[in-house]
Amino acid sequence: MPSLTIAATWTHLDWVLIVVTAWLLIGVVGIAALRRFRFVAVVLFPLGAIFSVLLMAVALSAAYATPEVAVLPLGLPQLPFHLRLDNLSAFFLLLIGGVSAGVSTFAAGYFRQGEGTPPGLLCLEYHVFIASMAMVVLADDAYVFMVMWETMAFSSFFLVLANHRIPEIRSAGYLYMLVAHVGALGILLCFGVLQANTGDYTFANMRAQHLEPFWASIAFVLAVFGFGAKAGLLPLHAWLPDAHPAAPSPVSALMSGVMLKIALYGILRVGFDLLQTRIWWWGVLLMGVGLLTALFGVVFSTVQVEMKRLLAYSSIENVGLMCAGLGLSLLFSSYGMQALSALALTAALYHMLSHAFFKSLLFCSTGAVLHATGERSLGKLGGLIRTMPWVAWLTLVGVLACAGLPPFGGFVAEWLLLQSFLFTTGLPSSFLDMLVPVMAALIALIAAFSGFTMVKYFGVVFLGQPRDEKLARAHDAGRWERLGMLWLVVGCVLLGLFPNQVIALMEPVTQRLVGGGLAHTVADSSWLLVPVNIDRASYAPVIFLLGVVLTFGLAFVLVRRLYHGRLRRVPPWDCGHPWQTARMQDTAEGFGQPIQQIFDPFFRVTKQQPSAFDDKPIYDVKVEDPLWYWLYLPVARVVEKLSRIVGQLQQGRIAVYLMYSFATLIVVLLVVKR
Amino acid sequence: MSALGVFSQLMALVLALLLAPLLTGWVNQWRHWLQNKSAPSLLQPYRTLHKLFNKDSLIAEHASPLYRFAPYVVFGCMLLASAIIPTISTDLPLSPAADAIALVGLFALARVFISLAAMDVGTAFGSMGARREMLVGFLAEPALLMVMFCASMITGSTSLTTIVETLAHRDLAIYPSLLLAGVAFTMVSLAENARVPVDNPDTHLELTMIHEALVLEYSARHLALMEWAASMKLFAYSCIGLALFFPWGVAEANAPLALLLALPVLVFKLAIGGMLLAMIETASAKMRIFRVPEFLGTAFLLAVIGLLVNVLLGGT
Repeated sequence: MPSLTIAATWTHLDWVLIVVTAWLLIGVVGIAALRRFRFVAVVLFPLGAIFSVLLMAVALSAAYATPEVAVLPLGLPQLPFHLRLDNLSAFFLLLIGGVSAGVSTFAAGYFRQGEGTPPGLLCLEYHVFIASMAMVVLADDAYVFMVMWETMAFSSFFLVLANHRIPEIRSAGYLYMLVAHVGALGILLCFGVLQANTGDYTFANMRAQHLEPFWASIAFVLAVFGFGAKAGLLPLHAWLPDAHPAAPSPVSALMSGVMLKIALYGILRVGFDLLQTRIWWWGVLLMGVGLLTALFGVVFSTVQVEMKRLLAYSSIENVGLMCAGLGLSLLFSSYGMQALSALALTAALYHMLSHAFFKSLLFCSTGAVLHATGERSLGKLGGLIRTMPWVAWLTLVGVLACAGLPPFGGFVAEWLLLQSFLFTTGLPSSFLDMLVPVMAALIALIAAFSGFTMVKYFGVVFLGQPRDEKLARAHDAGRWERLGMLWLVVGCVLLGLFPNQVIALMEPVTQRLVGGGLAHTVADSSWLLVPVNIDRASYAPVIFLLGVVLTFGLAFVLVRRLYHGRLRRVPPWDCGHPWQTARMQDTAEGFGQPIQQIFDPFFRVTKQQPSAFDDKPIYDVKVEDPLWYWLYLPVARVVEKLSRIVGQLQQGRIAVYLMYSFATLIVVLLVVKR
Repeated sequence: MSALGVFSQLMALVLALLLAPLLTGWVNQWRHWLQNKSAPSLLQPYRTLHKLFNKDSLIAEHASPLYRFAPYVVFGCMLLASAIIPTISTDLPLSPAADAIALVGLFALARVFISLAAMDVGTAFGSMGARREMLVGFLAEPALLMVMFCASMITGSTSLTTIVETLAHRDLAIYPSLLLAGVAFTMVSLAENARVPVDNPDTHLELTMIHEALVLEYSARHLALMEWAASMKLFAYSCIGLALFFPWGVAEANAPLALLLALPVLVFKLAIGGMLLAMIETASAKMRIFRVPEFLGTAFLLAVIGLLVNVLLGGT
């Protein structure tokens, strides 16, 4: 029980529980003030953000602390809540706190009056959502875990349905719920295998069990399936590109930035912590699924014509990369190569952290654009850097980070991942030795691809000429929105510039999970990132940035000194074309067209092209996910057919039902008799 | 960090700035000779730069600040890139700041900025150029990375200076993996530097242009910086090629004499390289834009095969 005497004796866990309680209280107050929009926006959401910052501070100080446990007398009799705050949980709490602080601030300016769900209810759902994510991370038995997991799924489901009057949003929410529950079944079964017939569902008991390789493998595969459904791994990704655009932007930011990471936390918890055995093919499985997912995600994100769908596919890509990192770490760990395993795990964790920041930043920016223009289709945006400079410049940081460019956070993660893939020769199996460089090649390809996507996103939305007249009247984001985005930008920049300090935070996690860490090499120098040794590889983002900025400044000053700074504004030249309209720029389809052509077999493309004799020519190209047709629809058809057969049992006449009872009784008696 | 190290770092910077336009002029000269044209002077690129810097910059009415500062970013990226490539010495204090992967990242950063700037004005050619540049980039970048990885696998390092030192000290033997990587690298550098058969540095007003379409709207000092950056990119790529495949003659730490000798060696190697580039360009025809992914995909695959060969044969 938390001691309530003086604050100084409170443990980290108590503080986390205080934050969670505070969030829930904020939610309840939101219900009380159901339609008092200004109060909810200006008081409740910023208050939630303050508690997020508190959570971040607690998590930072808990990162090095010894694990703390608590048993709360909640829930069913005989089944109290077991909670545990260890380094891994602390890392994820840090992620939750850091991102939700920015997103809550953004949300204070984002939610508007008269959009679907009343503001107070949204406030409740929102805060229950973040509170449940924090609790999932704290859970120390399968029971709490599942309760919180489902709370997370339900609260986010209702958030996705905020604008439930639109039919597409309803169907997106339905699909989301469906996949979430298919996944939850997998997780439940996984815990069932993990407790190994002891009937004790605490994680401490699961850690103590030594499963046979067969059962351990089943548990692992179930975990990958269950958590993968939530993380958007292939082939259970279909909900993600539908649910993200449907949700309000701060919610998509949280779902993509934080919730996907919580799903990966599940894989980490089960695969690295609860299961005591590690088998090499688990790593290969995770890597394979991860890289396939990443490639799929990035190829699809380049051809999207809607802002949020593009970002959603890009999230699929990033989750895939993180999974590949986890898989590699598992592979090394199964062969007892601790240093390399720690390197790969650090890369994956780093990617999670930086992706959380830049992707929520990008989703927030789509929200700001949506508010300013009412338009989410890339084909009708453009030129917003002139009317919305704040949003545009803040987004640029997120775009560069997402494209994996130095000196931002995304690059550090990618760099570490490539390093861990690169120095792998020496695996006992030559097949794996061959496999790993090929995977590195794929990662390089995916990383370069994401640059294409991000240039498309930023270029089409913010640069060029406005493709619609109303865009000229677009207004910049409000104070709260700017503040929230600024917070996330600061996160991206700090993650990019101070990798050593961030890696030091992950050291306890990697030490505990794979028994190795980077901190001993990293600690030698505060500005130079050296994962193995200095001759092998090093990277110094601060110097890197200084180099670019210095040469930039020098060139700027020198050009002005030696020559002049004269400038004239004229109409654009464009090779002497006398007039240009906004329609002559590349559209979103146009920009993605080369990729669509190269990766044609990936897509299911339906084209409607006008012939020369059409009076009213219509050009329509639809690019869809073939997996939807190959996998989801057939499964849906089979389910429908089965339920129709089962439905025939239900005649609606009492005599028939009595017959069933009678027949069952006879059968049971026969069985018992024997 | 020794005084000599700082000196060779400064030398590397100044050399990159000064030699880059000369290299461009040299390649142009050879190309004209090979094509039976009368060649411009070797110093023509300097004159052009000087002329451009003197002119008033004309900028589209609605261009954003991004458009104006992109040339400086691109220029800065290229200069930093040339600073960390061991051109005449491996004793570079800046070298630990960025290894081969970060170098590729630096090129990518420049590419993203130049493409964004091209999209900023919102003309048909600009966005077309940006799209094509990114199309070339998304295949060329991983291919370049794979070439670097081949060298890294052999030398056990991604630091460029260590790679050069290790490669220069090994016995003279042909590594099959490096051979494959070399072919891949040549193909990538042709594409990345907007050369025939991927792009034509001479054309304007042609629907096939890539690099020229990107900088079409730029004028005066901004154009000068872009062009200078482009020639530094060619210089940087040539130096990477020399560093990976012909690493001999590069000075190491505490070797002032070798440093003196390194400069003529570098100029000699670059001269040969420039000549070869002109020959390749003259001998090949420009290809359709949709053949470019095949071309670069081949380069990528070659580099990956190089990597695999290296793993198979045990590399070191």
